[in-house]
Amino acid sequence: MNIIVCLKQVPDTESQIKIGSDGVSIVTDDIKWVMNPYDEFGVEEALKLKEKFGGEVTVVGLGPKRVTESIRTALAMGADKGVLVTDDALEGSDALATAKAIAAAIKDLEYDVIFTGQRGVDDDQGLVGAAVAELLDIPQLSLITKVEVAEDGNTVKVERPIEGETLVIESSLPALITAQKGLNEPRYASLPGIMKAKKKPLEEKSLGDLGLDASEFGADARKLKILELTPPPAREAGKIVEGETPQEKAAELAKLLHEEAKVL
Amino acid sequence: MDFSLSMEQEILRNSVRDFAENEIKPVARELDEKETFSYDTMRKMAALGLFGMFVSEKYGGQGMDYISYAIATEEIARVDGSHAATVAAGNSLGIGPLYYFGSEEQKQKYLPKLCSGEALWGFGLTEPDAGSDASNSKTTAVLDGDQWVINGSKIFITNASTKLTSGVTSLCRTGTREDGRPELSCILVEAGTPGFEAREMHGKLMWRASNTSELYFDDCRVPDENMLGPRGNGFHQMMQTLDGGRLSIGAMGLGGAQGCYDLALKYSRERTQFGKPISNFQVNAFKLADMALEIECARLILYKACWLRDQQKPFGKEAAMAKLHCSEVMYRCANHAVQLHGGYGLMKEYDVERFYRDQKLLEIGEGTSEVQRIVISRLIGAL
Ligand SMILES: Cc1cc2nc3c(=O)[nH]c(=O)nc-3n(C[C@H](O)[C@H](O)[C@H](O)COP(=O)(O)OP(=O)(O)OC[C@H]3O[C@@H](n4cnc5c(N)ncnc54)[C@H](O)[C@@H]3O)c2cc1C
Ligand SMILES: Cc1cc2nc3c(=O)[nH]c(=O)nc-3n(C[C@H](O)[C@H](O)[C@H](O)COP(=O)(O)OP(=O)(O)OC[C@H]3O[C@@H](n4cnc5c(N)ncnc54)[C@H](O)[C@@H]3O)c2cc1C
Repeated sequence: MNIIVCLKQVPDTESQIKIGSDGVSIVTDDIKWVMNPYDEFGVEEALKLKEKFGGEVTVVGLGPKRVTESIRTALAMGADKGVLVTDDALEGSDALATAKAIAAAIKDLEYDVIFTGQRGVDDDQGLVGAAVAELLDIPQLSLITKVEVAEDGNTVKVERPIEGETLVIESSLPALITAQKGLNEPRYASLPGIMKAKKKPLEEKSLGDLGLDASEFGADARKLKILELTPPPAREAGKIVEGETPQEKAAELAKLLHEEAKVL
Repeated sequence: MDFSLSMEQEILRNSVRDFAENEIKPVARELDEKETFSYDTMRKMAALGLFGMFVSEKYGGQGMDYISYAIATEEIARVDGSHAATVAAGNSLGIGPLYYFGSEEQKQKYLPKLCSGEALWGFGLTEPDAGSDASNSKTTAVLDGDQWVINGSKIFITNASTKLTSGVTSLCRTGTREDGRPELSCILVEAGTPGFEAREMHGKLMWRASNTSELYFDDCRVPDENMLGPRGNGFHQMMQTLDGGRLSIGAMGLGGAQGCYDLALKYSRERTQFGKPISNFQVNAFKLADMALEIECARLILYKACWLRDQQKPFGKEAAMAKLHCSEVMYRCANHAVQLHGGYGLMKEYDVERFYRDQKLLEIGEGTSEVQRIVISRLIGAL
């Protein structure tokens, strides 16, 4: 079973995000870059499938050279090979262009399952997985928390939680699965794993290598344009619920949730 | 001059940091309070590969350099001193002497299980009457046919009485040298050998989740082949082991200081008094600035000492400096961190309370700060 995991590098969620002077980007100077947490679920699930069925796990990343560190991290977790799509012309690309480049890097590889995160925790669009599936013309199973590949390796049964219920979907393979929180607990890159990863192959591909036209990528080719970034509003002071007894407080809280917050 | 770490070292730091935050931090306070060594976190640390870091793959180690070892120790210490102690003593003091001075047979026999973390090994140097003055060891070993008969005791020996401990290296008097001074040799004693007992010590101020023991040898007989390296080299072997061990104590000081700083910075930005975060009062901001500065300097001296060792250059002076400086930097950082926490910093609910206690060992273990100053003074030709 050959599995591909798409990997994005995002600012660590602990990083302090500052908006740049252009008003449409963030200041990246002090940012610590990490593997998108949803992609970690993808890596873990791919490794589990490999442990069960054998085969190879290939990690495909896209972005500047620094993304190499996240790909090597996935290799240290146990993936076999890495591909980094990197090209100055990619800078500023939107989700569709990103998906085009990723699909081009994947299309000549052998694969049964492709994992992407359900979204990147940076711009939260959740588009790349769907677009890659469409470009490769394979089924897309989104927001998945359980993956069960049939013994014969030809079909997959997956679960998606919806409003307290579970939707069970079956699909033929190959298919693209977008990983949701709850799918698994990603393993740590172990020290022996880190040493082994040093020797694993990691290939770099430019747009030219993939036979793509650079003019379709980058900021100028965006179909979606960011008009403005604004920080979230400062948190307002909390409210202390008044009341003599727990019963009174609970009643007051329910009233406030209903009338003021309008969430009930 | 290139100050950048390798990509592997960066990945190592991230991975060990995540591990420490997720697996150790949630249990550290309770283990400290109950004064218990955790076999569960030990198993997890072993699975991550935290034992045998600098040992070659041939014996089941990770084949990493000393900077990597320091980084991993630092990241564990950033979250908890006791766990860092288990790792640092396990590697430097348990595995170190066997790896650097053991015969091929001894290495094959003991190292694979120590490097996989299935077993731990103690380093028996200190005695009730021989602490800083370690060459004054009173424990004796007398050759009787092809067996050494050991009598005496050791104190404060880390990792020596866990259920996983497979043995200890013990410094013994094995005779008298030609110059009349005692001949000191290191002898390996396996756990379970009749006449050998390791008893866990309780009531520690710090490192309460690390295992510390007294060792008793009562006509304990071990085969002649348990001699570590040439007879009479024991003191030299122990001192060389401590040169390396000092780097890991330095890493514990650095990591602990970083842990104090991270907690203090976060708390100071969140705690409001007089209508603003206390970090906005210059007196507090300056404390945090001093901490950041001292940690940066401590990291430079420690990594330089590790780098010298990795380059096979003399590193004894820098190792003593790194151990001394990093532990004193943590002393100041822990003090500031508790101060910035006000009354809450004195309560067990806040981790700075534990850091404040754990720090003190670093100025005492593996050569007190005074002993480090003696070592440095000698190496610069002042004493
Ligand atoms: C938790 C813990 C774990 C330990 N783990 C181990 C271990 O695994 N293996 C091991 O062998 N030992 C271990 N030790 C022992 C440790 O190394 C000793 O405690 C340390 O070397 C100091 O010896 P001492 O306690 O006898 O103090 P002393 O040597 O009695 O020192 C007391 C004071 O006198 C000062 N002093 C002594 N001599 C001089 C001098 N010449 N000039 C100036 N000042 C001097 C010291 O600096 C110190 O301040 C451990 C100790 C602890 C507490
Ligand atoms: C064991 C114990 C017993 C106690 N007993 C009593 C008692 O009997 N009665 C009682 O009323 N209280 C008692 N206290 C509370 C004690 O007086 C407070 O903890 C102390 O006043 C500090 O307040 P805080 O803990 O809220 O720290 P904070 O006021 O939050 O201070 C945190 C840090 O910010 C600094 N800081 C705060 N404001 C400024 C500023 N404007 N400029 C510069 N730095 C600033 C502080 O110096 C400190 O370093 C007790 C506390 C303890 C731990």
